[in-house]
Amino acid sequence: MSPLSALFRRELALAWGRGGGPMLAVGFFATATTLLPLAVGPSAARLAAVATGVTWVALALASLLSLERLFERDFEDGALDLLSLGPLPMEATAAVKCLAQWLANGAPLALAAPVAAVSLGAPAAAVPMIALAAGLGGLAFAFVGGAGAALALASRRGGVLIAVIVLPLLAPPVIFGGAAVGGGPAAGAGLALLAAYALAAVALAPFAMAAACRNALS
Amino acid sequence: MITALANPHRFMVFSRIAAPLLGALAAALILGGLALGAAAPPDYQQGETVRIMFVHVPAAWVAMMSYACLGGASFFALVFRHPLADAAAKAAAPLGAAFTLLALATGSLWGRPMWGTWWVWDARLTSVLVLFLLFLGYIALRASIDDEAKAGRAGAILALIGLINLPVVKFSVDWWNTLHQGESIFRAGGPTLAPVYLLPLALAGAGYTAAFLALWLVRTRAEVWRRRAESLALKAALA
Repeated sequence: MSPLSALFRRELALAWGRGGGPMLAVGFFATATTLLPLAVGPSAARLAAVATGVTWVALALASLLSLERLFERDFEDGALDLLSLGPLPMEATAAVKCLAQWLANGAPLALAAPVAAVSLGAPAAAVPMIALAAGLGGLAFAFVGGAGAALALASRRGGVLIAVIVLPLLAPPVIFGGAAVGGGPAAGAGLALLAAYALAAVALAPFAMAAACRNALS
Repeated sequence: MITALANPHRFMVFSRIAAPLLGALAAALILGGLALGAAAPPDYQQGETVRIMFVHVPAAWVAMMSYACLGGASFFALVFRHPLADAAAKAAAPLGAAFTLLALATGSLWGRPMWGTWWVWDARLTSVLVLFLLFLGYIALRASIDDEAKAGRAGAILALIGLINLPVVKFSVDWWNTLHQGESIFRAGGPTLAPVYLLPLALAGAGYTAAFLALWLVRTRAEVWRRRAESLALKAALA
C-alpha cells in the first residue's frame, strides 16, 4: 500500500468512525434548519422564500464544525510530527486530510441539504442542483476551512478562532452557491463559479496548510 | 529604499524623523482639504452632505491600501523572515481595521440623508465589510497564539490568503449585487466629479495616506521598542 493510500484510509477511518463521525455535522445541520421555522414562523410562503439561502448558510456553518480536530488531533499526539518526517510532502498530507474531511462530512451534508431545503419549501425540481452545489461547496469549505484549521494550530482558542478567520473567506462560495441553489437565470453561472472556486481552493489551499503546519511544528 | 530600511537601526533613525514629518504633513493636507471642502458650493443634488465625501472616500482608499501594506509586509516577513517586516505587518492590521471602520461609519452617516437608510447591502459596502472582517480575523489569529514568531508567520500566511481572496470577494460581491438588486436606489450615472470637489478630495486623500503612513511608522517603532524591552527583560531575568 502506498503511503498516500495508507494515509487516506487512516484519515477516512478517523473522520468517519470516531466520535459520531458524519452524524455530528448532519445533526447540527438538521437542528439549525429546524430552528429557522421556530424563529421565522410557520408561514409556508415566508419559509419558502428563504429556504435555499438558509440551507446554504447552515451548510457552510455545519462544515466548519469538525475542522477543529482536523489537524489538532494529530498535532497534540505527535502524529503530525511523524507525518512531517514521512515520505509524503506536507502539502499532500494536508490535501489528503481535507479530502477525507470532505468525504466524511461534506458528502453526507450534500445528501442532507436537499432534504432540509425541500422541507422548508424549496421546489422539488431544485433537488439535483442543491445536492450538486452542496457537494462542490463542501469541497471548497473543507479546503479553505482546512487552511484556517492549520493556522489555528497552537492557538489558545481553536474552534471559535477558525470560524472567525475562515468565515470572511467563505463569502465567494456562499454567494456563488447561494445563486446556484436559489434557481433563476444565474443558477448555471453560480454553479460554474462555485466549481471554479472549489477547484482553486483544492489547488492552492494545501500550500497554505503545509506552511501553517510547518510553522506550528517548528 | 526598502532594502536600506530593512536594517532595524537605520529604520529607527529614519522613522524617528519621518513619522512626525509625515504627521505634520497629514494634518496640513487634511485641514487644507477640509477647509477647501467646506468652502466648496453645495452640490446641486446632494446639498451640504456632499462634504461627507472628503472624510469618507479617502478613508475607503486608505482602508484598501492598508490591506495591501499588510499583505506586502506579510510577504516580506514570510519569505525573507525579516523581523521588521513582521513588526510592520502587526502594526498595520489595527490601523487598517480602524480606517475600514471609519469608511463604514462615515459611509453610513452619508447614506442616511442620501439613500434614506444607514445601511444597504450594496456591493461596495458589503465588500468593505468583508475587508473589515478579514482584518479582525488577522488580529484575532495573532492575539491567540502565544509564541511571537509562530503568531507572526501564521498571521502572514493568513494575510496572503486574504490578499489572494480579496479580488475574488470583490468580484463575487459585485456579481451578487447585480443579481439581487432589483430596484436601484442609486442614481444611474451620477454627475462626474466637478473640479471644485476634486481638489479638496485629492488633498484629503493625500492627507489620509500620510496620516496612515505616520501612524504606521509610529506603531512599528512602538512594536520594535516593545520587542527590545521584552528581550532586555528576558536577559535581566536570566542573568
